[in-house]
Amino acid sequence: MSTRAGRGRAAGAQHGAPKRAGRTSSPPVSRMPVEDPFVIAGRELRSRLLLGTGGFPSLELLAEAIALSGTELVTVALRRVQGSGRTGLVEVLDAAGVQLLPNTAGCHTARDAVLTAQLSREAFATDWIKLEVIGDEDTLLPDAPELLKAAEQLVGDGFVVLPYTTDDPVLARRLADVGCAAVMPLGSPIGSGMGIRNPYNISLIREAVELPLVLDAGVGTASDAALAMELGCDAVMAASAIARAQDPAAMALAMRRAVEAGRLARGAGRIPRRRYATASTSDEGLADLS
Amino acid sequence: MIVLNGQAHELSGAQTLGAALAELDVSPEARGVAVAVDGEVIPRSRWPELELSEGARVEVLTAMQGG
Repeated sequence: MSTRAGRGRAAGAQHGAPKRAGRTSSPPVSRMPVEDPFVIAGRELRSRLLLGTGGFPSLELLAEAIALSGTELVTVALRRVQGSGRTGLVEVLDAAGVQLLPNTAGCHTARDAVLTAQLSREAFATDWIKLEVIGDEDTLLPDAPELLKAAEQLVGDGFVVLPYTTDDPVLARRLADVGCAAVMPLGSPIGSGMGIRNPYNISLIREAVELPLVLDAGVGTASDAALAMELGCDAVMAASAIARAQDPAAMALAMRRAVEAGRLARGAGRIPRRRYATASTSDEGLADLS
Repeated sequence: MIVLNGQAHELSGAQTLGAALAELDVSPEARGVAVAVDGEVIPRSRWPELELSEGARVEVLTAMQGG
């Protein structure tokens, strides 16, 4: 915590520097959007990459991936104690200095999800919850009515709710209306690695809600994360894409750079797509060589 | 008899949550642990003394990789 606070202060000082009139040099990189802090429920995060811990072959690889990804927010699940109950996971995450984001993975009803969130609050002493209410076993797609119901109850109970949702702009707006702290639409089904199947919908969600928008699920490789950011997402959540990569540490670094690149590109403003070529070299002064 | 994480259990001594947790070798101070009894969250402060009724369903949960 102390190191993060220190970095936060440094960034704040730069942002607070007086602006000089008539400045002609290009802005320092620190003023570019990639360096803007990402704020959820008043909490400033320097990293726009959220990491899921599921699927890592070992805690050592998880720790390495956390370090290289730069993430500050990491999901955990709640399951029955087995053996002595000491998995070492919480210790590894504490040592990495990341904030825990418990999830309600595996819940199929609003009731189960609310109870799991309450248990997570007891276990991890955090009000933050990544709300998942699954409606179908094959696709793991969210159950929209149950999700909305659970979100409303949890917000009422003082939780900071980050719902995993479909890429439906109307549902995203409804989740915002009931007081969620962010919306986390899927790009494609969990663990599918199919990337963003409907970029148009992600753009529509960006227009529909002002809340932090985090692309969740479906990311397969770095270019998917970059595309999410170019579409206007504020952050990307990656789990399987990193954990199940052949080299999780290298993929963690790739995702970090992709999120930064996508954020910069979004801020830079891409050129419009055109049907035909537009010469990048002027014809003016072209030699007559006939 | 209680149902501890889905399995029938006979507690030898006192029928308390504290005894059930001892059965699982879970320390009352363990970080990242939560307990529900019959679908209700039990705050940590009540763990040692809470009396369990016959057939009580006790779920003892902890952090696992996921999400």
